[in-house]
Amino acid sequence: MKERLVLVGNGMAGMRAIEELLKISSDIYDIAVFGAEPHGNYNRIMLSPVLTGEKKFPDIMLNDIAWYAENGITLHAGKEVERIERGSRKVVARDGTSANYDRLLLATGSVPFIIPVPGKDLPGVVTFRDINDVEAMLGAAHHHKRAVVIGGGLLGLEAANGLLRQGMDVTVVHLLDTLMERQLDRAAADLLKAALEERGLRFLMQVQTEAILGDARVRAVRFRDGTEIAADLVVMAVGIRPNIALAKSAGLYCERGVVVSDTMQTYDPRIYALGECVQHRGQTYGLVAPLFEQAKVCANHLAELGFARYTGSMSSTKLKVTGIDLFSAGDFQSAEGCEEIVLKDAGRGVYKKVVLKNNRICGAVMYGDTLDGSWYFQLMRDSTDVANLREKLLFGQAHLGDAGHGNIRSRVASMLDSTEICGCNGVCKGAIVKAIGDKKLFTLDEVRAHTKASSSCGSCTGLVEALLASTLGGDYSMTPKKRPMCTCTDHAHDEIRSAILDLEMKSIRAVMDRLEWKSPDGCNKCRPALNFYLLTAWPGEYVDDNQARFINERAHANIQRDGSYSVVPRIWGGETTPAQLKAIAEIAEKYRVPTVHITGGQRIDLLGVVKENLPAMWGDLSAAGFVSGHAYGKAIRTVKTCVGRNWCRFGTQDSTAVGIDLEKMAWGAWMPHKVKLAVSGCPRNCAEATIKDFGVVCVDSGYELHIGGNGGVKVRVTDFLCGVKTPHEVLEYCAAFLQCYREEAHYLERTAPWVERVGLAYVRQRVVEDESGRKILAARFRYSQQFAQVDPWAERAKGVDRHEFIPLKRVG
Amino acid sequence: MNTIKKVMQIADDWTEIGALDEIPRQGARVVKCASGDIAVFRTLNDEVFALRDCCPHQGGPLSQGMVHGREVTCPLHDWKIHLDTGIAVAPDEGCAARYPVRVKSGRVFLSLTAQVAGTSTSP
Ligand code: SRM
Ligand SMILES: Cc1cc2nc3c(=O)[nH]c(=O)nc-3n(C[C@H](O)[C@H](O)[C@H](O)COP(=O)(O)OP(=O)(O)OC[C@H]3O[C@@H](n4cnc5c(N)ncnc54)[C@H](O)[C@@H]3O)c2cc1C
Ligand code: SF4
Ligand code: FES
Repeated sequence: MKERLVLVGNGMAGMRAIEELLKISSDIYDIAVFGAEPHGNYNRIMLSPVLTGEKKFPDIMLNDIAWYAENGITLHAGKEVERIERGSRKVVARDGTSANYDRLLLATGSVPFIIPVPGKDLPGVVTFRDINDVEAMLGAAHHHKRAVVIGGGLLGLEAANGLLRQGMDVTVVHLLDTLMERQLDRAAADLLKAALEERGLRFLMQVQTEAILGDARVRAVRFRDGTEIAADLVVMAVGIRPNIALAKSAGLYCERGVVVSDTMQTYDPRIYALGECVQHRGQTYGLVAPLFEQAKVCANHLAELGFARYTGSMSSTKLKVTGIDLFSAGDFQSAEGCEEIVLKDAGRGVYKKVVLKNNRICGAVMYGDTLDGSWYFQLMRDSTDVANLREKLLFGQAHLGDAGHGNIRSRVASMLDSTEICGCNGVCKGAIVKAIGDKKLFTLDEVRAHTKASSSCGSCTGLVEALLASTLGGDYSMTPKKRPMCTCTDHAHDEIRSAILDLEMKSIRAVMDRLEWKSPDGCNKCRPALNFYLLTAWPGEYVDDNQARFINERAHANIQRDGSYSVVPRIWGGETTPAQLKAIAEIAEKYRVPTVHITGGQRIDLLGVVKENLPAMWGDLSAAGFVSGHAYGKAIRTVKTCVGRNWCRFGTQDSTAVGIDLEKMAWGAWMPHKVKLAVSGCPRNCAEATIKDFGVVCVDSGYELHIGGNGGVKVRVTDFLCGVKTPHEVLEYCAAFLQCYREEAHYLERTAPWVERVGLAYVRQRVVEDESGRKILAARFRYSQQFAQVDPWAERAKGVDRHEFIPLKRVG
Repeated sequence: MNTIKKVMQIADDWTEIGALDEIPRQGARVVKCASGDIAVFRTLNDEVFALRDCCPHQGGPLSQGMVHGREVTCPLHDWKIHLDTGIAVAPDEGCAARYPVRVKSGRVFLSLTAQVAGTSTSP
């Protein structure tokens, strides 16, 4: 017999957990759902548009009654569970209906708080929580004129706006002197109040309700100061409390909410809980995005996968009042140790405040121009060090000096339709906006698929996201969900990396099976990433999967636009000899190489080689002492050096030798992205070490180490890591840095964005301050190099992967 | 497999091109013909498909792409092409000519008569 799973609470969190569970494994449980409301599951968020009249109830159904039957789920709609008998593992509803469970899921949501004043139970006094309340309000709007909304928070203002749109006279009364004090600071709240007043709402601030008056129906509201205000409808929207009555009566441990662990279990391990009713690590949540994250974790455990953990969420809010732009996230009241950056432009009705702590964003409030909300939120969630962005932070993402997009300086909203957003694929703003509208696109991936924008180098991703945000508008909660690795999975890079280690998964197949991949064998995005993660996690053990590599890495040469390939032999530290040059010259002639080019990386590129000739040509190169330069790989590329102390009158150290030693140590390592190194002999820096992933600048007293530079799409100067005394130390620090990066960065994340994401302080801590940690990292790098430093060209010249280079057959 | 049956009737110029095992799973091999290269793909589940080795976008060699599911991603600019029809995965538009293939006792046979996906066979 199947195990029985019972859900109490047919709402947004509980049903999301069931849907997530069905996605993973649809047949391990017999599922029964109890819901106090006599409906299927609807989108509670959308009650506001139902109240304004923009939507009707059927539009907001998520799972209608038929859905439950179609999915083999027993729905007890309109049955409120009264008690849980934990001994016999049974729940019993008010009408006597009961169900036994092997696992129980509690998602009872919240109850609106009712201020305990006389008259609170009078007809005409409602809360704003479910469709019943909305129908009551709509009914009242039909027959009556005057509404009073108690509470100037998010819900109160949405209710007030709805009633106003239904033609009522609406007064909002609020205990404090600022609206939405949990989300806004005074400056933003004042702007909001003025805008709402302009639309016709009235406000009574700093008043305390003392009684609701009336006989057969509400007639007026009286305040502590003795004043009264006439009312035919009173909406109480003063807050919500986690609905823990049922859990408490069953003896489950509760504080403000039902206390759950990181696996969403209550103190009774058979009973899971999620949604607004729970308290996790001291926090309760009142927005759907965190609840949806909880639902994923819950489903992961119910499906007996058992690796997901919920560690808390950050959430952001917007107000769903058409025409009002407001964004709030995190901790925006500056506490001790915090700094505020503020921009206020009363003329434009724009206010922005970003709160920083240790150079990381910990909160933001925006009014009037919320375009960069998602950007701040991302920076906040990733805990990005913003020290370098600080000056321009408030002017928004579009104002960052971006070498790749020098012409796009203004906000996307004010861009012309003909402005090119994606330079790689030549896609303009107008085309993207049109596609979003016509094809109903909601996600970055969809925009990428339909327009190609942001699908190549990705440097315009932020702009495309901003366009999505400004075009879609709408919903006030931005999902703070981690970005999934690709459309084949819901998991983010970091989750996958840690699952590979935790669950000791050692093949791509195992990862795809265990983590429930949505496609049979992945795609061109996830397969290379998984191959790399596995290779890094299990050096010497994991067998590289050639079919999971992009052609360049599979063929160990760069494919060219005409289908031919280029060959770049390694030239250690950029130093060569006449004999080497002769050998290259002869080989180039022998294979009739059409173009020989001195690259920007101090070596020689032989372009236009037909694939079939590659192994033979490599054989000749091997015989002359060359190995692959990995010019094609997410791997160690070049180590540029200058001539240094041996020749140069300014040289302080033997930069060439240090560069060659670095290259001999590091070559062959697969990395998250390409990695370039350089060593300059003095601060004149002729090897351009300060725009490399790892750069060394020799000085009189030793060696300065620099990290995270990039000379490509978006030029970034390195951060200074530390100074060291000896070449031996240069090698050790470099090995540790490279290993830390390859073990922790996301696939296709170069060192520059990685350092920006994790922060220089973090890298310093790992590589400089923690001496024993550095030695361990360096040792791990060297260990894995044992298996990596095998010249792929020599192997292939001897016949490895022969099939890759010859046709299956010639016909005709 | 309707399409394949239909194809077998029209194709009578089968050429044996080698063993199934010579084509890597989730990979491809090239058959060189006077009229141009043909890419022969083998999926994870050992299905075999053949397309003209020429991406409808800018002629990239599809044989060098990554095979996933019943699609191949072109190595040049990441277009995705349906292996069974040769048609580009929407929203891209275009089509690579398709060649009938069949596998018999581990040997692969190819017909050199191209089938251009018409509207009737498109999914
Ligand atoms: C050959 C070379 C140009 C040249 O003739 O000089 C070159 C050629 C290519 N570069 Fe480069 N880059 C070359 C030096 C550079 C440099 C200069 C340097 O290394 O000092 C840079 C800027 C420095 C940097 O990387 O920070 C550079 C920044 C890029 C970028 C942008 C990277 C970025 O993070 O922004 C790409 C695109 C990418 O990797 O996604 C790229 C990509 C490419 C690709 C691989 C494009 C492709 O996918 O086909 C080109 C391959 C051509 C081929 O088949 O060989 N190439 N490329 C240079 C080879 C150096 C070598 O010896 O290995
Ligand atoms: C008007 C309004 C607007 C909102 N707007 C937004 C927004 O824009 N963005 C956002 O992120 N969030 C918004 N929210 C909040 C969001 O709707 C909630 O966070 C979310 O619905 C909570 O999900 P839940 O499953 O925990 O609770 P609910 O969705 O409330 O589900 C709980 C269900 O359990 C039932 N139940 C309770 N006890 C029992 C019992 N003993 N037996 C059987 N059934 C029981 C209840 O009747 C209810 O149906 C809004 C909320 C409201 C009311
Ligand atoms: S800059 Fe680099 S990627 Fe661009 S065309 Fe030149 S070699 Fe190719
Ligand atoms: S040639 Fe195939 S995608 Fe451009």
